[in-house]
Amino acid sequence: MLRFDLLIFGDAGWGDELLISSLMTILVSLSAMGLGVFIAIFVTWAKISNNILLKILANFYTTVIRGIPELLVIYLIFFGGSSSIMYVAKIFGYYGYIELNAFTMGTISIGLISAAYSTEVFRGAYNTINKGQAEAAKSLGLSKLYIFLKVLAPQILKHALPGLGNVWQITLKDTALISVTGLVEIMRQSRIASNVSHSPLTFFLSAALLYLILTTFSSKIFNKLEDYSNRNNLTAL
Amino acid sequence: MNFELIYNNFFIIITGLDETLKLVIISLSLGFFISIPFALARVSSIKSLSVSIYCYVFVIRGTPLLVQIYLIYYGLGTIEYVRESFLWIVLRDPFYCGILALVLNTVAYTTEIFRGGIQSVTKGQVESCKSLGMGRIAMYRKIILPCAFRQALPGYGNEMILMVKSTSLVSLITIMEMTGLAKNIMYKNYAPVEAFLAAGSIYLFINFLVVQFIKFLEWKYNPHLRINV
Repeated sequence: MLRFDLLIFGDAGWGDELLISSLMTILVSLSAMGLGVFIAIFVTWAKISNNILLKILANFYTTVIRGIPELLVIYLIFFGGSSSIMYVAKIFGYYGYIELNAFTMGTISIGLISAAYSTEVFRGAYNTINKGQAEAAKSLGLSKLYIFLKVLAPQILKHALPGLGNVWQITLKDTALISVTGLVEIMRQSRIASNVSHSPLTFFLSAALLYLILTTFSSKIFNKLEDYSNRNNLTAL
Repeated sequence: MNFELIYNNFFIIITGLDETLKLVIISLSLGFFISIPFALARVSSIKSLSVSIYCYVFVIRGTPLLVQIYLIYYGLGTIEYVRESFLWIVLRDPFYCGILALVLNTVAYTTEIFRGGIQSVTKGQVESCKSLGMGRIAMYRKIILPCAFRQALPGYGNEMILMVKSTSLVSLITIMEMTGLAKNIMYKNYAPVEAFLAAGSIYLFINFLVVQFIKFLEWKYNPHLRINV
């Protein structure tokens, strides 16, 4: 049954623990989203490049990640992450023992998933930009890097913003899954609390409420960002 | 990489395929039929109906599926009223808890997809129906819903793929479907890559079939877009 007395702050309740775990959820979502966007830039670049091999690899990556359950990817990183890092380290001549902590594993796995979605968003945004713009910039003698940074990237970002908002929501909700690796975020904390206090309804409802606050609040921020990015749009009214 | 191990894992994991398919098919078909009245209620002019559906969709889409699954599996059982009612026969079983959570989840997303489809039907079509003297039910059954479904197909296809992926979460409430079996293998012989490849390939194949099915439906319901040779 619902027991609100368990939600107070301090030693007697779980309120402060839940608050800290929410911060952990925000932190891991932000770092996963950052990693995802960083990877997505390169994968998008591979997708729109003229290199057939790069294209196939990039398409394979996004198709596989978007086609298999997130939980499977998390298990792969959880059980295989440390050993594969050690394998790579051995190639570079380091024979010590490396163990990834839960935060790193969570960030890597959720980041890899969110990168696949972000890639599709970026590719769609890139396709909306008129080819003439890059050509015009080229005819002005701008360097490739300059064209990308000053002409293409700002426009891609603007068109990608609504899509990135959706990816952020997916990423935020996917972080609930890394509770299986032992990282103490909202889901793990409410699981622990409900096991200790035998009051699952209280804590899972609180978890749902916390997620609801996070998603609502972040969608408000994204709406503001979209308004800001569209401030120079010419509208009919 | 050990190919023999992948081969062996494949035959262990595929025993969970029927469980996965059962979850997918039951929750998708229940979700489909519940979503149609929900979408109609969402676009209806009765304010209280529309708002209550909106609130339901908002809550479900704003929280992770895992929370919903845990709430139903661990949470409902602690309510005495539920334990004493006839519902307990169903909710005792993790399989039905999983189905309930998946259906609740997919209904919310599908309702939004169908709402978009219904709202994409142009005013002119509705007016033509009325000018032909069609009743409300005939108009919905013959014109609006088929057009809405056609518009909603690509979005609904995405939802079907998401559902196939979502069924993996019920492995966390002790249902041994493919992801649960793959995790057991990873625990036992500590060869995560081999188990991942075996399970992942089956999921990819299911989703490939789903994509083909949606493509077929799009071809079937868009005869005006077909290129006639």
